[in-house]
Amino acid sequence: MKTAGIDIGSITAKAAIVEDGRILGTKVAFTGYNASLAGRSVYERLLDELGMDASSVMKIISTGYGRNSVDFADKSMTEIICHGAGAHFINPEVRSIIDIGGQDSKALVVDKDGKVKDFVMNDKCAAGTGRFLEVMARALEVNLDDFGALSLRSESPSKISSICTVFAESEVISLISKGEVRENIIAGIHDSVASRVFAMAQRIGLSQPIMMTGGVAKNIGVVKALEKKIGSPVEVNDYAQVNGAIGAAVLAGKMG
Amino acid sequence: MIQTDEEKKKRKFKSAGKMRDIMFQYYIDAKSAESNGKKVAWITSGGPVEPLIVMDVIPVYPENHGAMIGASHMGGDLCEKAEAMGYSGDLCSYARADIGCAPVNGGPISGLPRPDMLICCNNICGTVLKWYEVQARYFNVPLFIFDTPFCHTGFGDEARKYVRRQMEEYISFLEHACGKRFDFDKSMEVGRLSLAGQRLWQEVLDAAAQKPSPITAFDAFFFLALIVTLRGTQTVVDFYTELLEEMKEKVDLGVSAVPQERYRLLWDNLPVWYRLKWLSDKFASHDACLVADTYTTAWCGSMKYIDENNFIDSMAEAYTRIYLNIGIDEMAKTVFEMIDKYNVDGLVMHSNRSCKPYSLGQYDIQRMVQEKKGIPCMMIESHMVDERSFSESQIATRIDAFMEIIKQRKS
Repeated sequence: MKTAGIDIGSITAKAAIVEDGRILGTKVAFTGYNASLAGRSVYERLLDELGMDASSVMKIISTGYGRNSVDFADKSMTEIICHGAGAHFINPEVRSIIDIGGQDSKALVVDKDGKVKDFVMNDKCAAGTGRFLEVMARALEVNLDDFGALSLRSESPSKISSICTVFAESEVISLISKGEVRENIIAGIHDSVASRVFAMAQRIGLSQPIMMTGGVAKNIGVVKALEKKIGSPVEVNDYAQVNGAIGAAVLAGKMG
Repeated sequence: MIQTDEEKKKRKFKSAGKMRDIMFQYYIDAKSAESNGKKVAWITSGGPVEPLIVMDVIPVYPENHGAMIGASHMGGDLCEKAEAMGYSGDLCSYARADIGCAPVNGGPISGLPRPDMLICCNNICGTVLKWYEVQARYFNVPLFIFDTPFCHTGFGDEARKYVRRQMEEYISFLEHACGKRFDFDKSMEVGRLSLAGQRLWQEVLDAAAQKPSPITAFDAFFFLALIVTLRGTQTVVDFYTELLEEMKEKVDLGVSAVPQERYRLLWDNLPVWYRLKWLSDKFASHDACLVADTYTTAWCGSMKYIDENNFIDSMAEAYTRIYLNIGIDEMAKTVFEMIDKYNVDGLVMHSNRSCKPYSLGQYDIQRMVQEKKGIPCMMIESHMVDERSFSESQIATRIDAFMEIIKQRKS
């Protein structure tokens, strides 16, 4: 049975289609101002790519901040449950998930069946999220995709406050004016994201093995900074950004 | 689930209208005190109010006023005024709303009546000390500070003597302020009424142990106003007796507060006053009833220390050992007892940036609850009166995810 998951995040909309334990395809597009339209468009593009007809998909679950604007979904569920289901689908051994998306960061602990036992989310603040990294990339005039590789070249990461995105941007500008090299500033930014997320995740207690999901998992610098903080490896796979959509599709397969 | 008008009517409390009338009359009396030759004392919500009743002084509660300001969605505006006066946005939003309100007579009842004296008891927090000092300077009236030592576990003789001594000082302060003697015989009667009111309030809250529950924590937040403001009067005893009757009728008829009660939850900390309806609807949409809370229970939680025949002596201990003035282990014990008593499926904690003593230690209590009781817990971050601090979509996601976890566990 083919089922689909649509994850509407603050920055990107994701779609995934699965069938009997296999991922048939995934797609990512910008959300833009119209979440409803973004959901439909990313889903239709994925169907086109797979050469599939919408009628062959039996159930659809929507998730993410825009979950309630996906009018063609059979049901909506929160991204917390979907990330748990997605990570469990990809690796059933995983017991903790750190998800950093566009505007929020969260940590979850799941049981052996992929059910979420506990979760914690960031407070009303964008520090430590994808948006934080975007702001920093703009201040440094560096493409966000290059952040990870650049930061790995750093020998002495700068100290960046993790208190506030706006203040951290001023700190970065002041470091630039002092002549600090970009690599060190970027590595410092990654350390600050890792510190903030790790402090939050400790509230629920992480269990091994740990998987990182969300768009920010594509940034190797943040992953390495997190591994250093946690003191253990953090698993990342190619589906990190679409993990929520995959989880939604998997859960759609379990719908009655 | 769509309810018919008839069903909605069944769920409504007839007593609610009567309580509004009592509170309306109470504020009319307080506002016209000066022309009626009566004195008004502002007092903290956990303060020993009975001696004021004995002296025929009208007690007025800035915190109850704060709740009204919050429920009227006027908190953000008044907090901004306090911030413009120089007070930090990190300060308690009751304090900010009250301080911001005083110079402009703002809020839903155009300000509180001017006080003749202020009674500040620090059993609820340390902020009240500075808050009441600010107001004592502003209104230029005497301030009595009733200092209750923090009780990590027990209550020793030294603490007892220390607090008992202040009870004497409090009485002589009132005698001086009112120009008349304290009537100890009358204090016995007021004490009896206070205890009777607390017992009835506990019975009202106990009704939530029924399945389905005839009352939600949101109802309790509303009906709480009387035990706070008019404790020690016959009015409270009569009203809660009637409310209890209504509650029993509901139980007999099997009327539930939430149409399809499938999940039962416990609330911790003060309410989010400006979002009562939103939160109530949100939980009800998941067939969840917040059956009980640690907050409204605080007004009857220490009656076990009261000796009806020795009220003045025993109230020293009762007022010191209230929920916010005890250690984390003691607080957790109360939470465990409530989880069992009301048979709840989860704990919803409001990390209230306004109330530091209530919010500090919540993560520890959460961990203890998960270890000992094995039920899911969630945290909502907000301020109880300052609506600028409420982030709807984030909180909606958290509640939805929390309910999904509970549903998964129970399925």
